[in-house]
Amino acid sequence: MSTFEALTGDQSFATAMRQINPDVVAAYPITPQTETVEFFAEYVADGLVDTAFVTVESEHSAMSACIGASAAGARVMTATSANGLALMWEMVYIAASLRCPIVMSLVNRALSGPINIHCDHSDVMGMRDAGWIVLFSENNQEVYDNAFQAVRIAEHPDVLLPVAVCQDGFITSHAMERVEVYDDARVKAFIGTYKPQWPLLDIDHPKTFGPLDFYDYYYEHKRQQVLAMENALPVILDVAAEFNREFGRNYGLFEAYRLDDAEVAVVVTNSTAGTTRVVVDQLRAQGLKVGLLKLRVFRPFPARELADALRHLKAVAVMDRSISFGAMSNAGPLFLELAAALALHGVRLPMADYVFGLGGRDITPREIEPVFHDALRMAASGRAERMVTYLSVRE
Amino acid sequence: MAGLKGWREIPIGGMILEAGNAENYLTGGWRAFRPVRGQAECIHCFQCWLFCPDSSIMVDPVNEKMLGFDLQHCKGCGICAKVCPVNAKVIKNAGEELSRDDERLCIRMLVEGQVEE
Repeated sequence: MSTFEALTGDQSFATAMRQINPDVVAAYPITPQTETVEFFAEYVADGLVDTAFVTVESEHSAMSACIGASAAGARVMTATSANGLALMWEMVYIAASLRCPIVMSLVNRALSGPINIHCDHSDVMGMRDAGWIVLFSENNQEVYDNAFQAVRIAEHPDVLLPVAVCQDGFITSHAMERVEVYDDARVKAFIGTYKPQWPLLDIDHPKTFGPLDFYDYYYEHKRQQVLAMENALPVILDVAAEFNREFGRNYGLFEAYRLDDAEVAVVVTNSTAGTTRVVVDQLRAQGLKVGLLKLRVFRPFPARELADALRHLKAVAVMDRSISFGAMSNAGPLFLELAAALALHGVRLPMADYVFGLGGRDITPREIEPVFHDALRMAASGRAERMVTYLSVRE
Repeated sequence: MAGLKGWREIPIGGMILEAGNAENYLTGGWRAFRPVRGQAECIHCFQCWLFCPDSSIMVDPVNEKMLGFDLQHCKGCGICAKVCPVNAKVIKNAGEELSRDDERLCIRMLVEGQVEE
């Protein structure tokens, strides 16, 4: 039997961790992720989990311990945010390169400076080439649900890559919402038992992890990571289909909301998708043909699927919660990648980028509504007036 | 790079599933100094074998004899010469600091490429 509980986003992930009961968790506190690890430490102290909980001296050590434990054959989880992720940096790449199926809660926060502890996506966008699978979560239920799916995706024998489950710092991480918490036994059955193929602790079959790898084989190992990313897309869909059947949800690569008969759409991730959905309904009530595409899977980037979902539109507005400084027009990474995807998949329509919410600046329906009106103007004129708009920045 | 395997044929993540295959990786070419045996009598104490960081001391385990140096893998670090108790004794008896290639030593370190053996 499921129960319905009032949980924060951090607590939602911690609850999932309790039910997953990972072999090893190594983490270091950083706002706004700290609560997750605090709650989990309680579960460890109360004997609700069997996890070896490693309290390390930094995030670099946290990810290092996770990698070691994963190589040993353990099911491993961790959590971090922004500057913590930055301090993990070299180990983030190594986790993916050594094919460690670690699941990490990444509570999105502005990557300084000046110092800021509030939400934007500059932390996760920095790791987009690191080789991790990246999932976004709109609300606490999605944080909770994504945690279980992440374990299945990461540990799939055709994938074996680490997965970051993102949510918006404070906006969902510290907001309490109603979350359906599934029965422990059902969750346990869904995630199954992790059967590592090459555990270091299998001492009858000694092996080496992380040896020197030069010009003769390094490139081949990178090519293998490409295959794993290619395999991840169908695996994510299979796992979502199974999850949807078992728990009555509707996960996929993205959510298309009122998109079928729309003329324009906003593409956005994480909590702002919820705010945008409200605006879509308001504008629909006025007879405007607008829709929403909420991206769930950012790595691997589902380029062809996105192109097919947006092909029938007359204009697209992308909302980016970070800036790729010095990139084309100083746009955001989501816009840049989507623009490339649409162009290369033969979708020609006017597009514009709307950077918003940096450092936790609030984004409300009042700011999102003009984005749809801009998109409708683009649809009418066939061109974008400006490639990038920095929403709500004071002149 | 003929003879190397393709990306579908090798373990993922750089894992090496075959134990002890570093033996196939010849690293003797890195060496700047080469260990050779000097005139002092080896007492087959195996200190060099124990301390060698690269299993480059060849021994006969049945007769407990030190046989020589595996120059395909020895990187010339000189630890064998440092830990050799016979070397220590020779130096003590000489009453002076001897150069690393002194003929009286049990294990001498020669500059690699030097003709003398």
